[in-house]
Amino acid sequence: MKTHPLKLVTIIGEAVLADRLLREIRKLGAKGHTLTTVEGQGSRGVRASEWEGKNVKIETLVSEEVADAILHVLSEHYFANFAVVAYVHDVGVVRGEKYV
Amino acid sequence: MSALELIQLNLLTPVVLAFFLGMAATLLRSDLKMPDELYQGLSIYLLLAIGLKGGVELSAAAPREFLIPAGGAVLLGLAVPLWCYALLRKIGRLTVADSAALAAHYGSVSAVTFLATLAFLAALGVPHEGFMPALLAIMEVPAIVVALLLARSRVPERTPWRELAREILTGKSILLLAGGLLIGLITGREGFAKVEGFFVTPFQGVLALFLLEMGMVAARRFGDLRKVGWFLVGFGIVMPLLHGALGIYVGKWCGLSMGGSMILGVLAASASYIAAPAAVRLSLPQANPTYYLTASLAITFPFNLTFGIPLYYAFARFAYGV
Repeated sequence: MKTHPLKLVTIIGEAVLADRLLREIRKLGAKGHTLTTVEGQGSRGVRASEWEGKNVKIETLVSEEVADAILHVLSEHYFANFAVVAYVHDVGVVRGEKYV
Repeated sequence: MSALELIQLNLLTPVVLAFFLGMAATLLRSDLKMPDELYQGLSIYLLLAIGLKGGVELSAAAPREFLIPAGGAVLLGLAVPLWCYALLRKIGRLTVADSAALAAHYGSVSAVTFLATLAFLAALGVPHEGFMPALLAIMEVPAIVVALLLARSRVPERTPWRELAREILTGKSILLLAGGLLIGLITGREGFAKVEGFFVTPFQGVLALFLLEMGMVAARRFGDLRKVGWFLVGFGIVMPLLHGALGIYVGKWCGLSMGGSMILGVLAASASYIAAPAAVRLSLPQANPTYYLTASLAITFPFNLTFGIPLYYAFARFAYGV
């Protein structure tokens, strides 16, 4: 089956950030997302969410430019002060035109 | 009643003992865990129930009776963060962001400490004004705003005001407390009678469950006490005592009964852990959550719940000369 090359951007962060992160990625051109609640531990070890809620994992399928823009915004405004992890996968997506 | 008897009366209630049980569960590494959804459900129930009851009582109170204490409560909320900030900055040598974050927490209030106080007064049969939950709602916000203003001019990267206002005012604790007050105010006693079976009788049981979880959360933070240092441990105990005394006098000047003044004292003495952490985390992310969560949850809350409440009561009796 024919697939389109796209980027899968995964962001894991404090639950309090969920709304804000979703607004950011929409603004940058993401057409949709999947959000799951996750648990884990990282190098920072300090999380506001230790009291209220767990972490959230946001996944979104986007073009390379949008993926870059998302990572750029995250590194400018989030990495320094919040517990946030982000990474990008190359993926092949069916019906790729839906996502760009 | 002697001080020891008062402390005993306060400690030996299902609600406070549930808090200790939660602590023990964490310290003994039990597998007990409160599901997040249940915790969220319990807090929604408690906040809405407090609001509803307060609104009903408010609908019966004369406006003048209420407006003066309300003004006193706002003043406390505005003033407390100012000296907290100065003290943390100058003597504690904390950063601007950390000082402001702590000031926001100590100026704002704790709904659960408030509820434990109502239970304590009920056990003693001491009457108080029914509209006190409205003061709880009023005191949640001002301190957070003052503290953020203090920090705002001094830290880089600011959240726009509009977003900030939305986040603070639509946070669940304000929304539920204020919304509950409004519903209670509109529907009055008659309307409240319809939901009373759900919001009144099970209330203490729900509170006990909630405190079980709070005990676990507080005990998990004990390890962080070493990280925050002695200054903050002292701050978390001494400031509530000073604020408690101040709140009681403010209540007296505003014409509240002794029970009402004691509650206002408890409100001034308590530190927030629902509204303030969420607002501060988003709008002042440079502040380290270890400081403000540990101080509020692992120091001030357990102190107020165990020894603070009887002490404030004793002080209120002294202030009123009874």
